Amino acid sequence: MVTEALFLSVMIFIIGTLGVIIRRNAIIMFLCVELQLNAVNLAFVALSRHAGIEGQLFVFFVMTVAAAEAAVGLAIIISIFRHYETVITDNISFLRW
Amino acid sequence: MFFVFASMAIGGALGVVLAPSPVASLLFMVVSLGSTAGIYVLLEAHFLAAIQIIVYAGAIMVLFLFVIMLLNLGHDYKKDIRGGLAVLLGFIVTGSIGGLLAKQLMVGNDALIEFSGSSINVDAEIAEKGIIGVIAEPLFNEYLVAFEFTGVLLFVAIVGALVLAKKVD
Repeated sequence: MVTEALFLSVMIFIIGTLGVIIRRNAIIMFLCVELQLNAVNLAFVALSRHAGIEGQLFVFFVMTVAAAEAAVGLAIIISIFRHYETVITDNISFLRW
Repeated sequence: MFFVFASMAIGGALGVVLAPSPVASLLFMVVSLGSTAGIYVLLEAHFLAAIQIIVYAGAIMVLFLFVIMLLNLGHDYKKDIRGGLAVLLGFIVTGSIGGLLAKQLMVGNDALIEFSGSSINVDAEIAEKGIIGVIAEPLFNEYLVAFEFTGVLLFVAIVGALVLAKKVD
């Protein structure tokens, strides 16, 4: 059960990584980062049965940080959208050399 | 039961990456998070399953939906999946990460079994104190400082989000 859950966690993590690389929409890239966080949470919960309850505590903290990060990240996306009228990352090139 | 939830989680994750519409992506994400909550229940983490549904699938996803609706991205979207080199790069990167982790998991399996024979018995602790008690006790004793700092972090995040999203005239 624990090993299967860890494999599932690896699979969700790599799908999330793939999403960050191949999508252009900033919001969906952000959603894929959440997917990666979720995969790591799953690994923590799976291991917490053997390694002690601290794993579940850590998941609690990760969720809090994810909530804070979502609020700030979406605010950044909104303020970029105000300037450029787009969330497609290819069109946002003001930091490109 | 585990494999039902697992296939729903993976299907939802693939949907997030492949759905052309942002709203469809978001709904697939909710499916994925919900089935992960189901797996938490199977792993005896009932409290985290509830938190996952309420905070993640409920609050954070609704926040994303608000932003999508606010920026009017629900329709007139273009297909934004990259092609060619980026896909190749993506598969190389994810393949190597996945391969490494899976290999580590294979090697670590014996250690994991050894681990499970260790003196820590979470199930007995849960039976004694209840699932919330077993999480709350270390949270408010050993990890109290970290807990307080997450409060500060949330406050700073609220202020930061307000400042960033405020209209500058």
